[in-house]
Amino acid sequence: MSGARFRRLAETGRPRVAITVDGAPVEAMQGDTLMTAILTARGRLRVSEFGDGPRAGFCLMGACQDCWVRLEDGRRLRACTTFAEAGMAILTGAEEGADAF
Amino acid sequence: MNARLEAPVFDLAIVGAGPAGMAAAVEAAARGLAAVVLDEQPAPGGQIWRNIEASGGRASLGGSYAKGAAHAAAFRAAVADYRPGTLVWHVETADHEPARLWLMQGERVGQLRARRVLIAPGATERPVPVPGWTLPGAMTVGALQTLLKGAEVVPSAPVVLAGNGPLLYLTAVQLAACGARIAAVLWTAPPGAWRGAVPHLPGFLASGTWRAGLGLMRDFRALGIRVVRDVAAIEITGDGRAEAVRYRTAGGASGEIATGLVALHEGVIPATNLARAIGCEHLWDEAQAAFRPRLGPWGQTSVEGVLIAGDGGGIAGADAAPLAGRLAVLGAAHALGRLTLPERDGLAAPLRRDLDRILRGRAFIDRLYPPRLARAALPDAVVVCRCEEVTAGAVRGAVASGAQGPNQIKAFLRCGMGPCQGRFCDPTVTRLIAEARGVPEAEVGQFRLRPPVKPVPLTAFAAAGEEVA
Repeated sequence: MSGARFRRLAETGRPRVAITVDGAPVEAMQGDTLMTAILTARGRLRVSEFGDGPRAGFCLMGACQDCWVRLEDGRRLRACTTFAEAGMAILTGAEEGADAF
Repeated sequence: MNARLEAPVFDLAIVGAGPAGMAAAVEAAARGLAAVVLDEQPAPGGQIWRNIEASGGRASLGGSYAKGAAHAAAFRAAVADYRPGTLVWHVETADHEPARLWLMQGERVGQLRARRVLIAPGATERPVPVPGWTLPGAMTVGALQTLLKGAEVVPSAPVVLAGNGPLLYLTAVQLAACGARIAAVLWTAPPGAWRGAVPHLPGFLASGTWRAGLGLMRDFRALGIRVVRDVAAIEITGDGRAEAVRYRTAGGASGEIATGLVALHEGVIPATNLARAIGCEHLWDEAQAAFRPRLGPWGQTSVEGVLIAGDGGGIAGADAAPLAGRLAVLGAAHALGRLTLPERDGLAAPLRRDLDRILRGRAFIDRLYPPRLARAALPDAVVVCRCEEVTAGAVRGAVASGAQGPNQIKAFLRCGMGPCQGRFCDPTVTRLIAEARGVPEAEVGQFRLRPPVKPVPLTAFAAAGEEVA
């Protein structure tokens, strides 16, 4: 696992939001998209569903659709336009490899 | 069926709350139109002024960004019915009847009707397919800017910017002002491009945009960033993530720069998906190397009642978009019987004068910053369709097997049928077909698009059904 891909400009006064990513705890801030929360904690976002390897977002404006992750209950979320909520348990496909979706 | 009949009818539905959509809403309020503004984002501003209300005071983002705060304030003051977080995934039109807009708000589909629909979809970055562009650590320059403006985060390691155009300069200046490190800029504009631009210099000077442009160039040069000029090809390499970028210049020089983050940018192109799904006619714009909708003087498309304003109608920038948005509303107000012809033309005259002045400057910029990597010879192994992972070689193979157009490529390969609906492969597929067949891109055309224009989960329909029942 590579290090965090992005860093925050300033520690803000926003409340912390606890989520998990593939079971590991990640501390997001209120108002973070899932993209921001995940990429300030680690180097990649998800695993491509056709076995082409890991991805880490691309356009970040809801156009390329290359950042879908899912919740443990199966709901799919677009990481660049979905806000982190406390208790979200995000799965990136890493645990199931090519058959994740 | 009752829910269909009961959907409220507005005079005007404005899709998008960027520069064009916000100004259109202000104009609509001034003309007394019953308007609704539908926008995917949680707050007004579009892409260029993303998060403007929260971070409008951030000086490091520069004057062109700060300008958006006034537009957003005027929008908030004027708008009566603004629905952020709302996706318009289809518009049904019928002659002499209000259009029906299909929405997704939160996790539920909905609908409304409107006598006129003004689409202000803005632009998306031109896809720049290069070897390795699907690796983690390959992004668009716009994506870095989005993270900076929306989330106030910057790359944690030095970044390489590859491509050309004003947005690349601007993002470099903004990132540096926020303390991000830029390892190098791989500049792809050909050095001879200025020769093609010079004939358009008078229009550029008259447009006034040169002031901002010169200031930006000066700020960029002051950063002292390493710039490799005349780059003709790049390749992003790494095992499971970007680790380096290799480049080759037109003069034959080559090199490699170690980096975990490469941001690509060769200008923006109109976001045409919704307009195409509605059936609006599009044409090839050779100067901008992109398709755009065919529009009348008041933003009218080929579909009755559907208007387009802003960069979605052809790239002209955030100073032009508000003017085009207001003109489209004046045209709609006249068509709906709210303005007489002399009233419409009187109100429009100063707007059109300003818009024409700005548009005169565009040809210079288009010719100075032509796409290069996005138009260069593409190796067979490069992924063209990021969703379905279809390579350039596969597209060429399908053309050789008889697929003559983008829609046959879809049927052969699923290329363009993934969740992005062709947004990031469409220009490349059209180009590859044109090259293989030896015909112009205008003749090849684009993917035919169908609703929904973005993914809508079935649960959103189920949720709406429960409500009606």
